[in-house]
Amino acid sequence: MIGYARRTWIVLWKDLLVERRSKESLNALLFFALLLLFLFQFALGPDQDRLHAALPVLIWLGFVLAGLLGLGRSFVAERDNDCWDGLRLTPGDKSAIYLGKLAGNLVVMGAVEVVILALFGLFYNVNLVSVLGPLAVVLALGTLGLATVGTLFAALTAGVRARELLFPVLLLPVQVPVLLATVSATQVVLAGQPLGDAGAWLRLLVGADLVYLVIGLLTFEFILDA
Amino acid sequence: MSARVTRILGGLALLALAAGLAAGFGYAPREAVQGNVQRIMYVHVPAVLTAYLAFGLVLVGSVGALATGRLSWDRLAGAAAELGVVFTGITIVSGSIWGKPTWGTWWTWDARLTSTAVLFLVYAGYLLLRAMVDEPERRARIAAVVGVVGAANIPIVHFSVKWWRALHQPSTILGPEPSPIAGPIAAALLVNWVAFTLLFLYLLLRRVELARLEDAWVPETRR
Amino acid sequence: MIEAAGIRKAYGATLVLDDVSLTLPAGQCLALLGPNGAGKTTLLRILAGLVRPGAGRLRVGGVDALRDPEAVRAQVGMVAHGSFVYEDLTARENLRFWAVMGGLDASPARLRERLQAVELDAVADERARTFSAGMKRRLGLARVTLGRLPLLLLDEPFSGLDRHGQKWLVEFLLAFKAAGGTVVLTTHSFGGGLSVADRVVILAGGRVLLERAAADLPIDELHRIYDDIVEGAAAS
Repeated sequence: MIGYARRTWIVLWKDLLVERRSKESLNALLFFALLLLFLFQFALGPDQDRLHAALPVLIWLGFVLAGLLGLGRSFVAERDNDCWDGLRLTPGDKSAIYLGKLAGNLVVMGAVEVVILALFGLFYNVNLVSVLGPLAVVLALGTLGLATVGTLFAALTAGVRARELLFPVLLLPVQVPVLLATVSATQVVLAGQPLGDAGAWLRLLVGADLVYLVIGLLTFEFILDA
Repeated sequence: MSARVTRILGGLALLALAAGLAAGFGYAPREAVQGNVQRIMYVHVPAVLTAYLAFGLVLVGSVGALATGRLSWDRLAGAAAELGVVFTGITIVSGSIWGKPTWGTWWTWDARLTSTAVLFLVYAGYLLLRAMVDEPERRARIAAVVGVVGAANIPIVHFSVKWWRALHQPSTILGPEPSPIAGPIAAALLVNWVAFTLLFLYLLLRRVELARLEDAWVPETRR
Repeated sequence: MIEAAGIRKAYGATLVLDDVSLTLPAGQCLALLGPNGAGKTTLLRILAGLVRPGAGRLRVGGVDALRDPEAVRAQVGMVAHGSFVYEDLTARENLRFWAVMGGLDASPARLRERLQAVELDAVADERARTFSAGMKRRLGLARVTLGRLPLLLLDEPFSGLDRHGQKWLVEFLLAFKAAGGTVVLTTHSFGGGLSVADRVVILAGGRVLLERAAADLPIDELHRIYDDIVEGAAAS
């Protein structure tokens, strides 16, 4: 048990360290978030009301697009220098590696999402601070749904031809329920309603997140050995 | 499955389809409200049921492949997925054909059509993944994980789409099934469903056999 | 330690290993010689339990590799071309990662001692990106000796090492053997690898063309046999 936790932690530590040193993903994602801001504004025109009405969708679209870029690269470092084989040779339950990777992805996604929210709040002139608590809950559940499947599929497509195409093609259809639930719940929250009003959606998200997490934990070692 | 069994199955499927055609267009009455266009139900409903059977088999094959590591399970999963995608396509197209004269539109984002479309996308992606991996053992494991995720997701998709539709439009009768379903109509439906299932099983057996032959063929080896 | 019989591996239409058999008692070193593309790396990976052979029998340390590859991997320390190095981490951090992943002692003292043993303590806090191939391989050796693994599999460990490095590696391997460890190394140079080898196998075109005790093979005879065999294999 302790060994499992230590291995999860060291994978997380390693990923965050590599990310901090190489700055590959985080900087590019943050810049990407800024670009999305402009893209959405131009796509929806100068009418701010239209933008505000679409805000729940735009926030989540932003997360998903950033997630597609960021999550897809989860295992690229392992492909270098045969580290993938190195992981296969380590003893113990390999799902610890999945959990560590997931945790790392959640940290990076979290950072990007905070920036996206801040930028949207600023540039689109929306007061997100007043609903920050409930909004954070909804987005956290949605991000968990995205990252659990995303991390698993990233491992899955790591050595496959046309990975950059396959990863979004596989991930997006599976994310439909998470998308629907998060957007609907976000709409409720941004309208100032209490979190309880989105109860059904939140329960769906929690259920889905649990299902995805369990599948990830159970099937990761098969992916590693594939 | 021996070749003889497969051939018998094929023969039965053919007979059943002929019977289904007769039942759908001859035996079953013209529906009062919707007219003859409602008859497309005899294709649409069996197709979607068969698609679900197919995806159930994808789950079985995927779990089997992971649990036993034997490629025969993976061949089942792959064949079932191909057929599932085909039958889902038939479901969607027949739904559209019904929709145009009835609702004036080829596509409507109603709950079942949307769920079916999402299902189509998930398994089309699954087939694309299989096409990208050449080694049979590797392909089996990777595809199996996607198969498990896809199958586990089906109920989640179903509920999320249903609630999403309910938000935006109260559910109305949005399908070719008339309600209530009268006796002769139900009978014709049953015949067609049996026919589709037999056809599916026949095609599945042939496809699995083809996959087995593909895997067994050892091309002239190079050093 | 290793008993392999009739190992066969094909990737699609390409037969990489064909009817490979070899044995290696514990505490000895096997040098796997052969030209590029002979299948040496694939064989090494099969011995590590990373790749399943298409046919054949394999026992490593008494474990049936086809039935329990996990148990085989638990006995193996591997230093391959990639050497399992994360370019953006320092030597010390790389070592720490693999120590924890292996459930081994990752204390600063232990890591320092290992880095000293492979003469990397001077660059312990430099990023691995700045290391030469030989340094990365030394880091790999530090990694595999963190624990007490009975079998070392080394893929061309002498390539890229200068004379000092080669001498160091030879001493390292002799000490490892003296402590009871078993080594399989691949090489296509005749220098360092042969001075530590107890057995020699020549692999060409996926087949074992020679298997003999090193003591029975003086170096010029080996050269001659090698050239003959390899040319012969190339012609067929």
